[in-house]
Amino acid sequence: MKKLLAIALLGLLPLYAHAEESRDMAQDLAEHPMSPAVEKRLVNLSQKLRCLVCQNESLASSHAELAEDLRRQVREMMEKGMTDQQIIDYLVARYGDFVLYDPPVKETTMLLWYGPFALLLIGAGVLYYQLRKRRRIVPEIQLTPEAQQRAAALLNDEEDHQA
Amino acid sequence: MMRFILPLVAFLVLVGFLYVGLNLRPHEVPSPLIGKAAPAFSLPQLAEPAKQFSPADMKGKVWLFNVWASWCESCKDEHPLLLALAQQNLVPIYGLDYKDKPEDAQAWLREAGNPYTLVAQDADGRVGIDYGVYGVPETYVIDKQGVIRYKQIGPVTTDNLQQTILPLVQKLEAQP
Repeated sequence: MKKLLAIALLGLLPLYAHAEESRDMAQDLAEHPMSPAVEKRLVNLSQKLRCLVCQNESLASSHAELAEDLRRQVREMMEKGMTDQQIIDYLVARYGDFVLYDPPVKETTMLLWYGPFALLLIGAGVLYYQLRKRRRIVPEIQLTPEAQQRAAALLNDEEDHQA
Repeated sequence: MMRFILPLVAFLVLVGFLYVGLNLRPHEVPSPLIGKAAPAFSLPQLAEPAKQFSPADMKGKVWLFNVWASWCESCKDEHPLLLALAQQNLVPIYGLDYKDKPEDAQAWLREAGNPYTLVAQDADGRVGIDYGVYGVPETYVIDKQGVIRYKQIGPVTTDNLQQTILPLVQKLEAQP
């Protein structure tokens, strides 16, 4: 019972931790009223951008202070009328392709983009090879009717024993 | 025989990948700013807020630009090293006090010693964004033309100071 309680409390920890951290995007939006169009773009774009501090979070979901600052920067650029592409270029010039969750196809990202397909091909090749080898080891045997009957009888016998 | 060798090879390859992975530092994202001109700015100086500092003032000099803050714990790790470096007079260290309260920053420098020739005050972190700062401390080596030649992410250590930063500074000093 104590254990269960401890686990339940542990489960609550993230909530507590969130309460302690700095602002998230919802608070940003509440504090800085902006036009619905800008808000929609901001939400949309910051989901495609990576927070550099907690690298597996998007700019939209991150509570890190830098994420907060970057969202402010993005919002201001949008209000100045910059396009999404211009904003992305601005961030890439400072932080590199790493800020993008959808990195461009380049020499350095070839493995990232095509590696999984290469692995899939290799896997398919190995599977094909194994299946063929198996076919050679276990040849298909045509059973005579008598042999089939015997086999069936033996199998039934087996089942009876087990039952 | 093959049925043992193949899994073994696969296992060894996996171990190899994991071993390499241990030594990677995914937190150190290579900066696209290396080889580019240091972004221009003009910020109040920490010691005399009425005066401004701009990287353009540094044309013709090789300098270190160290981003730090009084709230930053790992900045405290590198601080003694910066103090020692400042005493050697090999290269001027300019500081960027990143998202900090001026009074906290000044109190910290009074208490721990001040290795900086000058500190600029980046209260809202905008210049930090221009420099691609995402984890203080960060240290840039900037050459006589105002081009960023190296970026150290995280605290400077004796090793990378001796092996990378100082040799690079020497090389840059020799260039026009």
